Amino acid sequence: MRKIWDIHGGVHPNENKTQSLGEPIVLSAIPPYLYVPLSQHIGAPAQPIVKIGDNVLKGQTIASANAAISVPVHAPSSGIIFAIENKSVPHPSGIDDMCIVIKTDGLDQWRERNTNKDFSQLSGDELLSIIRNAGIAGMGGAGFPTAIKLKGKNNKPIDTLIINGTECEPYITADHSLMLENADDIAMGLAILAKIIKPKTILFGIEDNKMDAVNGIEVALEKIDFSAYSDHAIDVEVVSFPTKYPSGGEKQLIQILTGKQVPSHGLPADIGIVCHNIGTAVAIQDAVCLDHPLISRVTTVTGEAVSQPRNYHVLIGTPVSFLLEQSQYRADVSNRLIMGGPMMGFALNDASVPIIKTSNCVLAPTETELPSPPPAQACIRCGMCAEACPASLLPQQLYWFSQGKELEKLEQHNIADCIECGACSYVCPSNIPLVQYYRASKTDIKQREVDHHNAELAKRRFDTRQDRLLRLEQEKIAAKEARQTARKNSNKTDKHVSLTSTASNDSAASSKSTEDRDATIKAAIKRAQEKKSASAATNEDPVARAQAKREAQLEQDQADPEAKLTRAVENAQQRLEKLHIKFSEAKKNNDKNITIIETGLEKAQAKLISSQQALDDHQKISFTNDKA
Amino acid sequence: MALMRVTSPHAHNRQTTGQVMQLVLLATLPGVLALTFAFGWGTLVNILLAVIFAIALEASALKLRKRPIKFYLNDYTAIVTAVLLAIALPPYSSWWIILVGIFFSIIVAKQLYGGLGYNPFNPAMVGYVALLISFPVAMTSWPAPIYLTPDELSIPNPINALLIALTIIEQPIIDGFTMATPLDLVRQNDALMIEDLINEYPQFGRWSGYGWEWVNLGFLVGGIFLLQRKIFTWHTPVSMLLAILIMSALFYDGGSSASAGSPLFHLLGGATMFGAWFIATDPVSSAASNKGRVIYGAGIGLLTFIIRKWGNYPDAVAFAVLLMNFSAPLIDHYTQTKPYGHNTQKKS
Ligand code: SF4
Ligand code: SF4
Repeated sequence: MRKIWDIHGGVHPNENKTQSLGEPIVLSAIPPYLYVPLSQHIGAPAQPIVKIGDNVLKGQTIASANAAISVPVHAPSSGIIFAIENKSVPHPSGIDDMCIVIKTDGLDQWRERNTNKDFSQLSGDELLSIIRNAGIAGMGGAGFPTAIKLKGKNNKPIDTLIINGTECEPYITADHSLMLENADDIAMGLAILAKIIKPKTILFGIEDNKMDAVNGIEVALEKIDFSAYSDHAIDVEVVSFPTKYPSGGEKQLIQILTGKQVPSHGLPADIGIVCHNIGTAVAIQDAVCLDHPLISRVTTVTGEAVSQPRNYHVLIGTPVSFLLEQSQYRADVSNRLIMGGPMMGFALNDASVPIIKTSNCVLAPTETELPSPPPAQACIRCGMCAEACPASLLPQQLYWFSQGKELEKLEQHNIADCIECGACSYVCPSNIPLVQYYRASKTDIKQREVDHHNAELAKRRFDTRQDRLLRLEQEKIAAKEARQTARKNSNKTDKHVSLTSTASNDSAASSKSTEDRDATIKAAIKRAQEKKSASAATNEDPVARAQAKREAQLEQDQADPEAKLTRAVENAQQRLEKLHIKFSEAKKNNDKNITIIETGLEKAQAKLISSQQALDDHQKISFTNDKA
Repeated sequence: MALMRVTSPHAHNRQTTGQVMQLVLLATLPGVLALTFAFGWGTLVNILLAVIFAIALEASALKLRKRPIKFYLNDYTAIVTAVLLAIALPPYSSWWIILVGIFFSIIVAKQLYGGLGYNPFNPAMVGYVALLISFPVAMTSWPAPIYLTPDELSIPNPINALLIALTIIEQPIIDGFTMATPLDLVRQNDALMIEDLINEYPQFGRWSGYGWEWVNLGFLVGGIFLLQRKIFTWHTPVSMLLAILIMSALFYDGGSSASAGSPLFHLLGGATMFGAWFIATDPVSSAASNKGRVIYGAGIGLLTFIIRKWGNYPDAVAFAVLLMNFSAPLIDHYTQTKPYGHNTQKKS
């Protein structure tokens, strides 16, 4: 037996898992329409490569991953592309996002498949590209692209692979039923993972409320010789440990199994560990051995408001309402719909949202089952939250500082380490929605960072611009002097020569390191100015003038990409400010459109951050170039 | 379909602040019973009046502050404060003493600071200290234990106890109805060996004062019950008791005339157990982290002993608690917990 470590805090909510384990996993029917979001993972959304009206086969790629961090999306069933439009998607904020809508034909006809039973002939890179092309993203939590996580970083060798079979959230049994029914597939997926990562140890962590799964997995793992997939021996062990929420949090599980803690702001890879989920392991085996991309998953449908709680093999894109119908959902007794579990799941405001790659559970509780929270009372600082916090934070202090918006204090008290598990709110006798406060504060902190960053950049930009203007002025004076001397000497033909020479002399005198770049910029500016004045002189037509201006701008941009990026940031900023004003007005007037504006706001923020990033990257590059 | 939007977690362990406070009330029972057995009905009358005043004052304060009255009364904290203050007051206190005490507890210490959760000082102890400073004589006259009262018949029955508190009838002024407490005797003593002192005065009882030992044991039982129900952690009370134990052992002095009394005398004497389990553990005004609570509790224990030995008041727990309330924010500042992921060296 392996030594098991304990984590701080934790709670023991009612498990409520048996309800959905009564029958084996059921194959969900094919809905008439599938709504497949382009962004079901962390990273850039996939880009559609089909048009409305196209016929698609099951498993066919319908959107490709063009960015570094992204995964493609496949048609979950055969049919015709009906629309590509904004639809409500499962997201805590209830936003809409781009979806490809497929009108299914009911034939469920596969594209051609390349079954490759023997993956041992494939190299790690080949396996990685299969995984990436199959659209696999972490199926347990956030949905980080699996291939990227597997690739890791060269300087950080992984010696421990952890498979997370904890499933500590109450009600959910998707992983549990997979372990019971597909143990061999999981083991095969694990073998593929072993071949890619070549770890020294594989630990399969399962809570002790699933001993049946522990036994099944042990049997399945024994059939495989993992060391054959590596040049060294691989130790494989199934570890069961006491049931406690949130043992299944990645960081918590790592501590339970290895006693190590992932450094704050770090990744498990920093301590040589990588964690994967059961569903992910199965998806990997499906992709590699059967050439099945990730187009379906196991989702638990449970809660007292459904008559038939159970697990489904469900196609990605199936509307939640369609799935609920198959379990005889009683909308009249249901008080809310939760995607995920009762501890970390989020309430849906629309039952038409589709199941996506990360949807492990749809929970439909009744009011007696999960009562609506009573109004919060004052914090009595009883410390029960601190006793329950798995991250060893002081939730009552975080709450206090969140109320006062003391962002610095919040950072000092390490709000960044909060995993939003909800254990603190769960125990709080005053029913304070603590996690809600922390989420808001985290957003505030992020916003402040962006603001701070912007101010810094603006200052830097201002300084550079001042420098540039000064230099320009000097050049002008120099040129004038040169002209005057030229005139004095009445040597008219040499005018141009002397001009250029003064200019170059001048730039030679300026800082050597930036000499070349400055020269090009200057030349470009000059050309642009010339063009501008020329067109202004010849043409009073405002359109033409604008065009000329734009052209000049473009030219300038080419020589000085920084200016372009800076402008992008400025534009984004302006837009954001405008939206902010709009938003606060809408808030004041209780405007119906407030959610739309909010979405816009979020998007604008994202845009600002990305353009900022681009600018930063550029500045970093040119900075290092300068240095070189 | 109207779907509610609530953020996670959706589950709750369904323990409310009201229930926590009810448990605290329940836990005072053994101690209160011991007080009643030892000193008569006075304590119960104190509690009755204090609770009535507390509810009335809390409700009017909430009304003035335009807060939902029933909602806030339901947290039971006003009642807990009232009961704790009533226990600390000498039995048979007059109604106006109780009223003034409650006024300081509920209005000054709690509502003026913004209500529950915002009070930096323990409300019951603010009330107690305010009374002690304003009415030192009334506050220091404890009735003698029933057992030692010369005339059994002069012990007030419940009705009379209430009438005394309402100042409708006078307290019996017979000699020996009130009596110096053992703590007073030890502090004032500078001539006798402890042994002799104990032999001289019957109120010393077996270990720490007749009646007092049982009162303390009663509060100890209640405290352990709350600890077991995870209402608070062991850190504050245990470190407070340890501090008292260590200090009293250091200054026991073998029981000479300069001795401050034996460790057992201090642990089971006066308000030690009541203070450790019911006053120091008040979460609002104490330190936040467990490490902080160890320091906080030890501080109370230390100050309690110092004031008992060198101070001028009958008991010291109230002052010690208030002084440490002052330092709680400072303690919090220096005793932050070390969160997950902060003790690894490899920072990325
Ligand atoms: S559990 Fe609730 S009432 Fe208790 S300290 Fe934490 S936030 Fe305050
Ligand atoms: S939500 Fe954050 S603060 Fe609350 S218990 Fe979880 S980690 Fe701790």
